[in-house]
Amino acid sequence: MLDIHGLKANVGDKEILKGIDLTVRAGEVHAVMGPNGSGKSTLAQVLAGNPAYEVTAGTVQYDGRDLLDMQPEERAQAGIFLAFQYPVEIPGVSNAYFFRAAYNEIRKARGEEEVDPLEFADIMEQRLKLVEMDPAMLNRSVNAGFSGGEKKRNEILQMAVLEPKLAILDETDSGLDIDALRIVADGVNALKRPDNATIVVTHYQRLLNYIVPDYVHVLAHGRIVKSGSKALALELEEKGYDWITGGTPAGASA
Amino acid sequence: MSASIDSLVSKEYQYGFVTDVEADTIPPGLSEDVIRLISQKKNEPEFMLNWRLKAFRRWETMREPHWPNVHYNTIDYQKASYYSAPKSVKPKQSLDEVDPELLRTYEKLGIPLNEQKLLAGVAVDAIFDSVSVGTTMRAQLAEHGIVFCSLGEAIHSHPELVEKYLGSVVPYSDNFFAALNSAVFSDGSFVYVPKGVRCPMELSTYFRINSADTGQFERTLVVADEGSYVSYLEGCTAPKRSTNQLHAAVVELVALKGATVKYSTVQNWYAGDENGKGGIYNFVTKRGKAFENAKISWTQVETGSAITWKYPSVILQGDNSVGEFYSVAVVNNYQQADTGTKMLHLGKNTRSNIVSKGISAGHGNNSYRGRVYVAPKATGARNYTQCDSMLVGNKCGAHTFPYIEVKNNTAQVEHEASTSKIGEDQIFYLKQRGLSAEQAVSMIVSGFCKEVFKELPMEFALEAQQLLGITLEGSVG
Repeated sequence: MLDIHGLKANVGDKEILKGIDLTVRAGEVHAVMGPNGSGKSTLAQVLAGNPAYEVTAGTVQYDGRDLLDMQPEERAQAGIFLAFQYPVEIPGVSNAYFFRAAYNEIRKARGEEEVDPLEFADIMEQRLKLVEMDPAMLNRSVNAGFSGGEKKRNEILQMAVLEPKLAILDETDSGLDIDALRIVADGVNALKRPDNATIVVTHYQRLLNYIVPDYVHVLAHGRIVKSGSKALALELEEKGYDWITGGTPAGASA
Repeated sequence: MSASIDSLVSKEYQYGFVTDVEADTIPPGLSEDVIRLISQKKNEPEFMLNWRLKAFRRWETMREPHWPNVHYNTIDYQKASYYSAPKSVKPKQSLDEVDPELLRTYEKLGIPLNEQKLLAGVAVDAIFDSVSVGTTMRAQLAEHGIVFCSLGEAIHSHPELVEKYLGSVVPYSDNFFAALNSAVFSDGSFVYVPKGVRCPMELSTYFRINSADTGQFERTLVVADEGSYVSYLEGCTAPKRSTNQLHAAVVELVALKGATVKYSTVQNWYAGDENGKGGIYNFVTKRGKAFENAKISWTQVETGSAITWKYPSVILQGDNSVGEFYSVAVVNNYQQADTGTKMLHLGKNTRSNIVSKGISAGHGNNSYRGRVYVAPKATGARNYTQCDSMLVGNKCGAHTFPYIEVKNNTAQVEHEASTSKIGEDQIFYLKQRGLSAEQAVSMIVSGFCKEVFKELPMEFALEAQQLLGITLEGSVG
């Protein structure tokens, strides 16, 4: 589904990604872990097409298409969804209106009929249950005045509505208490299907207790320095990132 | 990889066409003779001619104001023509007699005048250059005793009302452009709603400038008698021309005891091209007078014109009267707007509410200018002002000039202001959800303007929202 080869990207003059190789197949869950500043979020943003990042080398194939040649909205319409680390506020625009606009754009891109507000209300009703959200939030402005946890849940709600092929969760666990974490993880798990895939970007192992990855990749200094199974995440939890990234924690000289 | 700001193609102004009709246009220039000629062409009674002449003499002693935060070359008032009417328009004609070419023009503008295609629940007075070409739904309105016709016609059919109220809110001596308008105004709309009558439909005037080098000076007078209610909407468009054209209108609203007048404007005059060439100079005086327990509410969506200079105001004359001003002003390319309101609290317990949303894109410059005055006798007066500006891109400007003058210490006056910038992060967020850059900007801006749009009559709120999207198209990538 997704093939990344030698991907390099800059912010301004600074090179953040220094050659990423990663393959994700349908039905898989990949965790991308790493210390702060390793390039995890940059990878997520580059895949979504954020113009603030400049791709300087490498290729990304998505479903047989050249992803880097697609506009952000084309990527979204082709089924790529990014759950933002910092969801953006859009004052004055109701969640319901925004959700339906996005839903209809993606349907249009697939050659499907747009849905009217009534039909959409039915769709929303089931999805709200999935993330245990109060329907009243549909009438609130997009993310405006939401708590950190509400914003993250709102992201997963969007994911549930838009049903992406490839979901990228960018530190969705940060700032969530344990209950919210469980709700978010349950939502993600419920949406898992053999024909879609998920990339979970996270700093901490704890999310992976709830969303069990098939593969774990450790990112450091803009490169994937180690890949493995779920066990790798646990090992990281125990030994810390320095174990892999070459730092020298006390007593770790060998 | 991604389109940058300014690189998207701008959408053409879709109302920029010219209608080919034979017009009766008087030669350029302004003098007492020209005023007499206009008055004579309209077969006006003596009192009107005298009023026009007084206004003209006053105008000659006045100077064009230059305090607004806008810049343009001096206007040569002798170069414009002050009267232009399609030759085919006869006085008091019925809609069946209207020149088909004119009907087609309004149809193209989305304003069918043809009785079978009338917009449901809206009566329209169509003004083409200097004259009214037709008014719809008149019979239905007449059943309620409501008078809705061109001002030119009202001067003949209801001279007592015109003489009593014309200039009662905006005197001819008020300001330079109001004096000019009073001297040369050619037509406009007139509304009278009798005591206790709730006008059953929206009344609407559609202004169209067609001729080149013609100024448009229309005048609207709305009188709501005691306890009545009326909602009125005006829309405006003009052809694309490379020269600037002057539009100096006057609107007067009179809300007698307990009456409510709601006046909404969707202004989309030609704004000039992307380099700032051409476009309408929109220098307009709008004011209402609210008597005891009356309410006047202005809602405006200003998207067009090269320059906009306008301050719809309310004189809160009577005790417990209410004034409202809801405004969205958008400037793109090289447009300039200096707009706002005046709330003059004279009566006791008068209240006013001001919500202004300014959006600046391209090289546009947007100024909010507002005056809140509380007179010594206006005990218990209250005002709330909210003034928000949004910037799109790096080359535009937003300015706020609030003037607050309070002479009664029981008054409560609040002013809040904010400036924000459409964020790349907001646009990216929406694009990541499958929306195009245009849809994203339009959604963000609509959200920003929501408080004002909800004041517009339903059928026009959608139009205003679309118009906003078109005006801002090409401003962000």
